[in-house]
Amino acid sequence: MERLFKFVYKYRAFFTFLLLQLFCAWLVVENNQYQSTRYFNSSNQIAASIISTSQGIKEYFSLRDINKDLASENASLRKKLDDTNQIIEEIKLAQVKNLAIINRFDYISAKVINNSTSQYKNFITINKGLDYGLAPGMAVISQQGAIGKVKSVSDHHAVLISLLNIDDHVSSKIKRTGHFGTVQWDGSDPRLIDLRYIPRHVSPLVGDTIVTSGYNAVFPEGILIGVIKEVKLSEESPFHQIKVELAQDFGKLAFVEVVKSNLRAEQDSVEVITKGIQK
Amino acid sequence: MTKSGIIHFFLFFVYAIAQVLLLKNLVLFNTAFCFLYVMFILLLPVETNNLLLMLLGFLLGFTIDIFYDSLGLHAMALVAVGYLRNYWLGVITPQGGYDSGLPPTLASNGLQWFLVYTIPLLFLHHFILFFVEAAGFSRFGFTLIKVMMSLLFTLTVVLILQYFSLERKR
Repeated sequence: MERLFKFVYKYRAFFTFLLLQLFCAWLVVENNQYQSTRYFNSSNQIAASIISTSQGIKEYFSLRDINKDLASENASLRKKLDDTNQIIEEIKLAQVKNLAIINRFDYISAKVINNSTSQYKNFITINKGLDYGLAPGMAVISQQGAIGKVKSVSDHHAVLISLLNIDDHVSSKIKRTGHFGTVQWDGSDPRLIDLRYIPRHVSPLVGDTIVTSGYNAVFPEGILIGVIKEVKLSEESPFHQIKVELAQDFGKLAFVEVVKSNLRAEQDSVEVITKGIQK
Repeated sequence: MTKSGIIHFFLFFVYAIAQVLLLKNLVLFNTAFCFLYVMFILLLPVETNNLLLMLLGFLLGFTIDIFYDSLGLHAMALVAVGYLRNYWLGVITPQGGYDSGLPPTLASNGLQWFLVYTIPLLFLHHFILFFVEAAGFSRFGFTLIKVMMSLLFTLTVVLILQYFSLERKR
């Protein structure tokens, strides 16, 4: 026994090294789990306040662009409002009675305080959290298109998994043909994203629009993701290799909207029940 | 606490703040990162204890991780650097040994020695960091480009800073 202690003491540096490395490896693996509420990330109070101060200073340099984006969003929303008003005028709201369907999604606007595009696993920190009812798993969109999902929330901040994260998959479809696939980033170019699992018999064209499919109840249906830039089909592959140019430039993210899906629990539970019977 | 201890205590925060507020935003060509904080571990006095190096490496890496949202990643790479640093210092001892109580800088040991000292350790750090982040070797080519570009960028910044402090001392 004494010799064992002596042995451990003699190689204490190595054993400490091993211990610390194992602990770090455990942290890395644990952090990769998709849904988690954590304290040690950029949504914790001290880190978030430091980051938002720094972001506040940086923002002055992009105020012009942000203003332009917000103004154009205002204009497009006003146009939509007018259109809707006219339609309501015509149909007198006779058919639509189910308020649950009308109020299916709530939108919460939030400011981006931390963002990266050059790592393999990019995350975005925003300045709304539990106090606005955010929860892990909610979708986040911007005026231009889909952004990602909420990963973890603290009292006043939340960390999102960006679309530019090699672990993130989003169910999506080609708007023109209606075929479904999965969007996933390959880790290299922050302007391009891969569309996978589009079978051979479909003929996607360069310029086709890719939108979210609404199949997993995270994203509402029809949120823009991007436009096809390149289509390749090798001899032996069962699927097309498609590169999609993202509609949202992730390098310039300023404001995002968190989508609260009020019917999500219902859709999920129905799906679980059905799948359970199938077994 | 000695005078050198107090200086390094403050340096810890200087490196951490510089990394998360400034250098985190400084990425060239989407591949070249600057991980200057590794120099905190490399520039601690020569006779610093192995255990202390690893502990400080873990603390600094963990702090950086909180801001990069990559829990455990930077800590892992920096602990490895902290563990191997003293062995590497032993291997490349210059003739006449090191000045006791002083950090192994460019000023005290010359450019050639300094490059031999920093390049392998920086490479090790970047290698662990990027390959653990990529979760394996499936993106080998692009990850290796990231490693080499970051090594080049970090080394350039390190050398510039070393020459600045060289000027001041004369």
